[in-house]
Amino acid sequence: MKPAAFVHHRPTTLEEAVRILAEVAPDDGRVIAGGQSLVPIMAYRMARPPHLVDINHVAGLDRLAVENGRLAIGARVRHMAFRDSAAPGATGALLSTLMRHIAHAPIRTRGTFCGSLAHSDPSSEWCLAAAALDAVLIAHSARGVREIAAADYFQGAMTTDLQPDEILVEARLPLLPDDTRIGFVEFSRRAGDYALASVLTTFRLVGGKIAEPRFAIGGAEAFPRRLAEIETMLTGAAPDADLWREAAERAAAIIDPLEDAATPGDYRRDLVRALTLRAFQQANA
Amino acid sequence: MTMKQDLTLLVNGARYDISVEPRKTLADALRDDCGLTGTHLGCEHGVCGACTIIADGAPIRACLMFAVQAEGMALRTVEGLAKGNEWSPLQKAFVEHHGLQCGYCTPGFLMLATSALEENPDISDEELRDVLSSNLCRCTGYENIVKAVRAAALEMGASS
Repeated sequence: MKPAAFVHHRPTTLEEAVRILAEVAPDDGRVIAGGQSLVPIMAYRMARPPHLVDINHVAGLDRLAVENGRLAIGARVRHMAFRDSAAPGATGALLSTLMRHIAHAPIRTRGTFCGSLAHSDPSSEWCLAAAALDAVLIAHSARGVREIAAADYFQGAMTTDLQPDEILVEARLPLLPDDTRIGFVEFSRRAGDYALASVLTTFRLVGGKIAEPRFAIGGAEAFPRRLAEIETMLTGAAPDADLWREAAERAAAIIDPLEDAATPGDYRRDLVRALTLRAFQQANA
Repeated sequence: MTMKQDLTLLVNGARYDISVEPRKTLADALRDDCGLTGTHLGCEHGVCGACTIIADGAPIRACLMFAVQAEGMALRTVEGLAKGNEWSPLQKAFVEHHGLQCGYCTPGFLMLATSALEENPDISDEELRDVLSSNLCRCTGYENIVKAVRAAALEMGASS
């Protein structure tokens, strides 16, 4: 349970960080921010990076600010930063709600939003938020800067479009309208544990009909994603019990569930059905 | 084997000049290099909370940080709770309410609860249980741990 040896790099500027990462990435060098996922897998020796590029002292990465109508979340913004709706409006309320489901207080002190995205556990609440809200992710490397849409970013369990020499420097989220309704429910076997399934939905009610619906699932598949078929079903419909039941049945049917020894695929379908229903009821309340 | 690095940790107000490999966790450095063995290690991968300490005012898992990352932080461990021979209200409450059995998880619970009460002395029962769900007690003495923390909160509220 002791991590393998590594060289600790402590850059203070982003330029220095990407330059070092470019040198060590071919040798499986990794970036460390909060380390709340990376250090455990290093303790298990599932990861043995010979170099860690520690970005905790890189200037400017702790920014959490609204810019050009989007919420910009820097690479060193910790989970805890979202506790008191640090971000404004419905997006802030959503992030604050999700934060309370991420592990426990001592993990939230250190872990970061962008780190969760870089690690990309299938059950990550932040990955679910990024998928549901179509986050734009900013990756820096010695080769330059690029923007990655969330829909292109997630590629598999713990597999993303982020390249080994790139640092996920910032995530940008849209500011949802103030009258956005939010439903979020997840199921895990123990408090703070990885969710076996989670559902996040947002929509507005315009003239009694559902408008701008977003519906995304996490934990149930290899990576979180929006389910366009459900969103189409919701758009313009009246928010009643029949619709919720129909959408929940459909969501459970169309997912491609993760399976493991303790969790058969059908169990995850049952969870998605139940959680979808509850998420809609929560949003509609 | 990588080279050891010299660094200074600030723990309970005292300076510890130590020399450790980068791969050494903060928890191991506190125990092995600072001689502060009050911080316990259970799972060593961030699940059990036995190694919980307070860093810059907030609770952290000392097994999920490397010592080289903790330089410059104000660290507090269980050794810093008592004032001389006088236990902190929380430590007293753990004794009075039988908040420990084998005692292995106790330093982690003490530091977790200390940070929670310092942040919000009026913490609700629901919030308190949510905070305490962070740590594991394999004697499963949770009810008495909750009672002890609740009693300490009242005591601290009364004396402030």
